[in-house]
Amino acid sequence: MKSKVIVFPGSNCDRDVAVAIKQISGSEPQMVWHKETSLSNSDLIIVPGGFSYGDYLRCGAIASTSPIINEVVKKANEGVPVIGICNGFQILIETSLLDGALIRNNSLSFICRDVYIKSENQTSIFTKKTNIAKMPIAHNEGNYFASDETLKKIVGNDQVAFKYCNQEGEVTSQSNPNGSLENIAGILNDRKNVLGLMPHPERAAESALGCEDGKYIFESILS
Amino acid sequence: MLAKIHITLKKDVLDPQGKVVANSLNTLGFETVQDVRQGKYIEVTIDEEDTDIAKQKLNQMCEKLLANLVIEDYSVEIE
Repeated sequence: MKSKVIVFPGSNCDRDVAVAIKQISGSEPQMVWHKETSLSNSDLIIVPGGFSYGDYLRCGAIASTSPIINEVVKKANEGVPVIGICNGFQILIETSLLDGALIRNNSLSFICRDVYIKSENQTSIFTKKTNIAKMPIAHNEGNYFASDETLKKIVGNDQVAFKYCNQEGEVTSQSNPNGSLENIAGILNDRKNVLGLMPHPERAAESALGCEDGKYIFESILS
Repeated sequence: MLAKIHITLKKDVLDPQGKVVANSLNTLGFETVQDVRQGKYIEVTIDEEDTDIAKQKLNQMCEKLLANLVIEDYSVEIE
């Protein structure tokens, strides 16, 4: 498994995700600085969480203009699996690889706590091994928004990867932490090889971190 | 020339900050305030002779980076 982790100025989950992938796959991911222009021989590309460029302008907007992004888009269009976590999700949205927008949490607060999510799509390479999973969120702009037309398209095309739910797996308004439309926590592209999600699976991928549910997402890709 | 760009949330996008500001204004006694929408104001200094070309480039800048057209509208004014 040749995986690549893209590193932007302000990324802060790059090493966490690299550790998680190493532990689960056995092979060390390659860290790729955002000024690089090649991602040849990639089986998996991770756009990690953090605060790229200090969230200037809009979260992910500046990072989406980095040189490496052209290559990420090219590889995604070739079918290489790409995951954007938290700020990485925001970046993928800004590149238009994923539909919709991530706006400020409806509470206006930065939220950092564990949530439950359930996989809505059951067949993608990212979701086939997951069902109800607990993992943390840590964001200020994670409120998923899309126009009625886009929402209809992603729901109809089975592109909703994860929804926020309660411990029993029920999708309720109480279990929606940030105001996301239809409790959406993660979405896929049309071809289902690009995933963006706000929760952090890499922060819940080993027992020492208090929860191992996050590793099912990585195991799902590696299986 | 100087371009003044206003970026605002589209009408159908909830603006929680605007709502909080509206509530605070009501609390301060401005009871006739019905709604507040918050946005961004950006000044771009651009070295162009032709206003039409400048406007065309500024529109591209808004579409490519300055605004997110999924949730925002923009307007460009050139001085």
